[in-house]
Amino acid sequence: MTESTAARKPRRSAGSKAAGTTGSKAGTGKRTTRTTSTTRTAAEKGSDTELVQLLTPEGERVEDAAHAEYASYVADITPDELRGLYRDMVLTRRFDAEATALQRQGELGLWASLLGQEAAQIGSGRATREDDYVFPTYREHGVAWCRGVDPTNLLGMFRGVNNGGWDPNSNNFHLYTIVIGSQALHATGYAMGVAKDGADSGVIAYFGDGASSQGDVSEAFNFAAVYNAPVVFFCQNNQWAISESNEKQTRVPLYQRAQGFGFPGVRVDGNDVLASLAVTRWALDRARRGEGPALIEAYTYRMGAHTTSDDPSRYRHDDERAAWEAKDPILRLRRFLESANHADEGFFAELEAESETLGKRVREVVRAMPDPDRFAIFENVYADGHALVDEERAQFAAYQASFADAEGV
Amino acid sequence: MAAEKMALAKAINESLRRALESDPKVLIMGEDVGKLGGVFRVTDGLHKDFGEDRVIDTPLAESGIVGTAIGLALRGYRPVVEIQFDGFVFPAYDQIVTQLAKMHARSLGKVKMPVVIRIPYGGGIGAVEHHSESPEALFAHVAGLKVVSPSNAADAYWMMQQAIQSDDPVIYFEPKRRYWDKAEVDKEAIPGPLHTARVVREGTDLTLAAYGPMVKLCQEVADAAAEEGRSLEVVDLRSISPVDFDTIQASVEKTRRLIVVHEAPVFLGSGAEIAARITERCFYHLEAPVLRVGGYHAPYPPARLEEEYLPDLDRVLDAVDRSLAY
Repeated sequence: MTESTAARKPRRSAGSKAAGTTGSKAGTGKRTTRTTSTTRTAAEKGSDTELVQLLTPEGERVEDAAHAEYASYVADITPDELRGLYRDMVLTRRFDAEATALQRQGELGLWASLLGQEAAQIGSGRATREDDYVFPTYREHGVAWCRGVDPTNLLGMFRGVNNGGWDPNSNNFHLYTIVIGSQALHATGYAMGVAKDGADSGVIAYFGDGASSQGDVSEAFNFAAVYNAPVVFFCQNNQWAISESNEKQTRVPLYQRAQGFGFPGVRVDGNDVLASLAVTRWALDRARRGEGPALIEAYTYRMGAHTTSDDPSRYRHDDERAAWEAKDPILRLRRFLESANHADEGFFAELEAESETLGKRVREVVRAMPDPDRFAIFENVYADGHALVDEERAQFAAYQASFADAEGV
Repeated sequence: MAAEKMALAKAINESLRRALESDPKVLIMGEDVGKLGGVFRVTDGLHKDFGEDRVIDTPLAESGIVGTAIGLALRGYRPVVEIQFDGFVFPAYDQIVTQLAKMHARSLGKVKMPVVIRIPYGGGIGAVEHHSESPEALFAHVAGLKVVSPSNAADAYWMMQQAIQSDDPVIYFEPKRRYWDKAEVDKEAIPGPLHTARVVREGTDLTLAAYGPMVKLCQEVADAAAEEGRSLEVVDLRSISPVDFDTIQASVEKTRRLIVVHEAPVFLGSGAEIAARITERCFYHLEAPVLRVGGYHAPYPPARLEEEYLPDLDRVLDAVDRSLAY
């Protein structure tokens, strides 16, 4: 070994660097002022007249003849199933809170919270069948829960130990997709394949109101319509695409987009787990029957920040959040469970204990999550191998080996 | 008696036919690939024989074509996608680079992406804007993609078979100005590895390395140089990612001189990478710097100027003179 090689020391200490946080961009500090535009009125008008709701914010069942077809999809729901939906929402919220805390403690580099969107996700997620296939964006922690994905699997990419990390085929739950709206096309292609196979399963693609502006989402709508693909587009309109409100995304209520592509669109109260379940069952059912795609706009609200790098106080008012807090998805189901005598104090107490156990497990698993082996850089770049990757792996190995003596000191 | 003389476009057609016949999971997708048989007729007759369920005319949306092909691959299909012309691939570039190329790594190897993207590329046919470009370096730069370009009908046939069988996404650049060039295709042959370069002409004085449409030109250059008493070796790279540097190195260690020829702009093109690596590998063997002949750092020009833009016999011979003058 040469003198220079033996004397070399690592210039950076490997592994000591904490997972970096994504810094928020320096803003102008100017508070966005609410504009009074006709477009907002148009969007709200759609919301007022078309919103499918089966459970009011006060926890009362809605008997609405106009939405009887959707209601029929949950007509025979049992108290046990209702308690199950409640449990799903509570545990998902607890998991989400734990992940947010872990980000604040420096254990995760970033977190995209689903706070406020539990009903949209649990309702739609529980509507899927085992052989259905789900294409999420990066906030579908509740849907992942419904698909049986271990929630700690979702944290790897946010901790920075992988870029996905689970086998999508284990639970028919595809990897999180960061580029907005890309997965709408993947879901459509997958659904085209389902139809070719003659299978009767459905596919569901999740995306947000911001993604509705992306070309890929419009292209997915068109391909799905043209090929009559069994895909349900589930748009969670949480009102804000980072700092941009619906006004900056669309001139028409989002669910109405479907009409222009030739399939039905429906706006559901995304804070109503029953309505979300019913409408998604309806859409998946018709997709399975070969009646083609549908668009569901789950009208909901992101209670927290876009991600932990975001600062919503720069662009939205506290009174807006307060108004949506009154529509909380978990609280309204609890009110219903209590008024209908479907759940007693023991149930809620047990669930509280279960939540704490989940939080503890998540905390422990994340903290014990090892950094990946450094050679993981070169793994799975190609399925069939690639000469350049082989060459660079060998160079990397030789370079790492050159530190052996220094590390032994 | 398996060999048959056919045009390069026909060889791809026959190769696609063979793939459709042998694997029910193979699909052809793209704009006008059905009844029309593609604007270059590369998919001619396939729609008639395999039906619209296998040979799929798509909406005019390149991102949609590649994005749905990804979904079909996730479902177990092996889509072969046609992008109508080189310059039209860019609406799909996001899906190719951020999704197709990364899915295998993102899934820690659980998901495979056996998607072939066929792109007729390059100039020399007098086309309008966006119909004559050579964007191969933009794809070769992206980890997760493989990039190949055949130069003759036999390679076109076999490289397509291999690309479809690959579990990795392969960008298959078709030299459109060579579509009508004929060569013997042996459908019973056992092909060499997809990513191996080949010495197509032996020589001792200088190596010309090229791929796709420029291989034929380099062979013509070698013919012309031979008349002047110079012995040029021609290497057909065949694969642009990965590059078979061993074959180029062996050639350069023999001839001690290298010129890389491609239609794409020289600046940051694949020739730059080859020049750098061969300089590293063969520094003490080289008698002259590695030279490059290619397009200029300018938009592909209108048709009446493309002969000025594209490498031709004289430009390559001029580079040969410069190299030999060292």
